[in-house]
Order: sequence, then C-alpha cells, then structure tokens
Amino acid sequence: MTDLAIAPRRWKRPPLIRSAWLRWSLGLGVALYLALAFGTTEVNWTRVWEGLPRGARFFAAFFPPDFVSRWSEIADGIVESLWMTVISTVIGIALSVPVGIGAAKNIAPAPIYYFCRAVLAVSRSFQEIILAIFFVKLFGFGPFAGVVTLSVATIGFYGKLLAEDIEDMDPAQAEAVRATGAGWLQWINYGVQPQVMPRMIGLGLYRFDINFRESAVVGIVGGGGIGATLNTAFDRYEYDSAAAILLVIIAIVMVVEYSSGYLRRWVQ
Amino acid sequence: MATALRGQTKVWHRRERGAQFAAWLAWLVGVAIFVYCWREVSDKTIWEFVTDAPTQAADLAVRMVPPDWAFILKLGRPIWETINIATLGTLMSIVVAVPVAYCAARNTTPSVALVRPVALFVIVASRSINSLIWALMLVTIIGPGVLAGIFAIGLRSIGFVAKLLYEAIEEIDEGQVEAVRATGASGAQVTTYGVVPQVMPAFAGISVFRWDINIRESTVLGLVGAGGIGLPLNAAITTLSWTQVSLILLVIIATVIVSEWVSAKVRHAII
Repeated sequence: MTDLAIAPRRWKRPPLIRSAWLRWSLGLGVALYLALAFGTTEVNWTRVWEGLPRGARFFAAFFPPDFVSRWSEIADGIVESLWMTVISTVIGIALSVPVGIGAAKNIAPAPIYYFCRAVLAVSRSFQEIILAIFFVKLFGFGPFAGVVTLSVATIGFYGKLLAEDIEDMDPAQAEAVRATGAGWLQWINYGVQPQVMPRMIGLGLYRFDINFRESAVVGIVGGGGIGATLNTAFDRYEYDSAAAILLVIIAIVMVVEYSSGYLRRWVQ
Repeated sequence: MATALRGQTKVWHRRERGAQFAAWLAWLVGVAIFVYCWREVSDKTIWEFVTDAPTQAADLAVRMVPPDWAFILKLGRPIWETINIATLGTLMSIVVAVPVAYCAARNTTPSVALVRPVALFVIVASRSINSLIWALMLVTIIGPGVLAGIFAIGLRSIGFVAKLLYEAIEEIDEGQVEAVRATGASGAQVTTYGVVPQVMPAFAGISVFRWDINIRESTVLGLVGAGGIGLPLNAAITTLSWTQVSLILLVIIATVIVSEWVSAKVRHAII
C-alpha cells in the first residue's frame, strides 16, 4: 500500500522565486522589456553585414602587433601612465582616509557623516571620462588633469569601501583600546586601523590596477598617458601599433594583478 | 609583541627591531618613488593653466547655471538607449561569461593545463581594455550607434562577470557535489544539481551589480559615437552649450542613483 502511494511522486527542483505569481509576472515583464528594447534599437543591419569583412580586415591589421616602429612613443605613454597611476593612487588614498573615516556611521557625528557621504556620492556618480573632460578644460592638456581625475575617482571608490569596512569592524577591540585611556588618534591608530588594514592594502592594490586601466582612457580626451598614444594610433589607422599598445596594457595589468595577489598574501 | 629595555624599564614596541627597520625602509622607498613620479609629471605640466583653474572653474560654473530644462524633452530617447545598451550588453556578457567561468574554475574545468589558461586570458583581456576603447574599435568596425555600444559593454563585462563567478564556483562546498555524484549522476547532472544551486545567488548578485556598473559606463560611450546619452553630451560640449551640459549631467546623476537603488533592492531580495 505505502509503496504505491509513494512511487508516483517525483522530486522537482525548487524554483528560484518561490511565489508563482511573482515568478510569472517578472518573466512576462522581462520579456516585454526585451521585446521593446530590441524593437526600438535602431540597428543598420546592412552596415553591420558590410562590417563583418571590415571587422575581419580590422583584426587582420592587428597582426602581427608592431612593437618596433612606434616603440619610443609607446614606452613614453606607458611610463607616463605609470607615473600618473602611482601619484593618483597615493593622493587619492591619502585624501580618502579622512573622508572614509568621516563617512563611517559608527565613528563620525551625524553632520560630518552626511557631508562625507555626499562627497563620496558625487565623486562616484560620474565616469572618469566625464571628470577628465572637465579637468582637462580647467588644467589644460597633459598628465596633471589625468592625475586629478584619477585621484577624485579613487576617493569615491576607496573612501566608500573604507567607510563600510570601519562600520563592519569588531567594536570590542576598539572599546578595549579606548579603555586604556587612549586619545582619539591613538584610538584610531591602535583600535580601528589594525582591523581594516589588511583588506585596505588589498583594495589599494586593486585600485592601483583600476587606475592604470583608466589612465589608458583619460588620454582619449587629452588627460595624458598611454590613451593619447592609443588614440593617435587609431586615428592614423596604425592598427598594428594599437594592437601592440593593447597587448602591453594587458601584460601590465596581468603583472599588477599577480603581484598584488602575492603581496596581499604576504601582508595578511 | 616586542619589548626593549630602556634603562631599567621595559618599553613596549609594536614590532621587532628588524621588522620595524623593514617597514621604515619600505616607507622610504615608497616616498622616493612618489617624489620621482611627481617630478616627472610636474615637468610635463603647464603650471600657468593650473593656477588659472579657479577662475576657469568659476567661469564655467556661472555659464552652466541654470540648466536648460526645456532640453529634457529631447533626452528621453538617449536615456532609453543608454538603459538598453547597459541591459542588453550585460545579457550578452552573461551568456559568454558562464561557460568561460566554468572553464576557468579549478574544480570544474575540463583541463587545468590547457583550457584554464585560455579562459583566464579571456578574462584578463576583457577586463584590461576599457569599454570606451572597445567602443572606439567597434565603431570603426560596425559603425556608430547603439549596437557598437551593446557589444562594447558586453565585451568589457565578460571578464568581470566570469572572474567573480569562477571565484564563486571555486568556493563551493565540495561535499554537496560529491553527494550528487554518489547518486550516480552524469557530469551535466552533477553541474545542474551540485554546482548551480550553490552559485546561483552569487551569480544573480554579480549580474545585477554589473548591470548597475554598466548603466554608469554606457552614459559615456556616446563620446566616441556608440549611442546613448553621451551623444547629446558630446554635442553640447562641442557647441559650448553649457546649460544643456549641466542638465545632461543632472539626468545622468538621477539615472545612476535610480539604477543603484534598483540593484540594491534586487540584491537584498536574492541574497
């Protein structure tokens, strides 16, 4: 008897969204949106079709990458990018420490908290490239505008993560330091800093990596660095040089990523 | 924990003497590098322009106020395009990133020696090249417009989604996979019932997070001709219509805030 009752039952995987009504209306909404999005996207298919062989030729022009004929310009651009990356990471992190501490709810008084949060929100809402356009307008062409751009972008990124990390810290340890009669600076230095330091060093290296990649972009609007060289290569249709630049960027990003992984293990 | 004798009293130090010396040396090297870099950059900077900046900024600020509110009627379509670029680009990247992540994760890859390095290279290559550079190339190939933007966003996001996803796959509980395998399940069944349920929340979170980032990134693709709100922004900047520029910037902030709110809501709902 019992065997018969159990036998026809089959196990079914539980769905991701439990309520059937919500599941179906979400699916329908997504389908509707996709139909609308595809419908209103104006794509010139003949142009795309013509573009396919052009794309093939484009990629063919990438090979072999030409490191030689423009090497001095590439090297200059890369080195300039590296300088910009170093300076903007250091300045950005230095500036984001006070902002980050101010934006941590468990440490900062309310007015300072809201002010710092506003600073973070504004510096995060704009893409680096929009900031770069404005800073190039203000400071003129060249790496300085790029440095300012990347520093401001770093504040938004690093300050926000630092604030969140401080908010997540273990209050007991900080309390213990305070109980010894430490002053405010000592409290930050011995109670808060050791708790957030390992993660923040890792994030600093990560931001270095991001700043290097972004430095390849600010050059497109005149902010100095390898981006300017890359843009020139595209403008002159020297795709083999452009390929060389892209490969150099990829190589440096890889080196930074591996060494940052190694450093992070060493620090922790 | 190190202590040193100073006269008769023991004094507490944070580090051993050697470690303290190494830390001091590291700081010295760091400062030296910074000073050197700063000198190089400052040599290439025209400082007259920099000292002039406050006046320029004040001038620009005056010209940008008040925003040209009537212009907002013309921004509906560019905003819709921007959102589409971000969403369709994210979808495209997810479709490609899932198999790449599967091949890149050490515990699911078909071959550690052969397939994994290729997958890792795809991830790094996609991540190292900014979406604006992808867009620059794609505009040359398939012409200006939304499609170039979608592909640029898609190609750029593959690395991000695949990297976070393969890290999630590597962190799964092997016990559950083992349990499914012990029932006699095939390879595909092990993946669907052992791996997928474990990474599903992470996957959904990553996708929404990337969509949020992509909204931000797709606002500037128009600067190189790849559609979206960057197109009118570029036009307004080149024609020096600063009141329109300020309006577009306000619209971008609003879009970014809304998308951030949406993604936070969705992530709270799944995780």
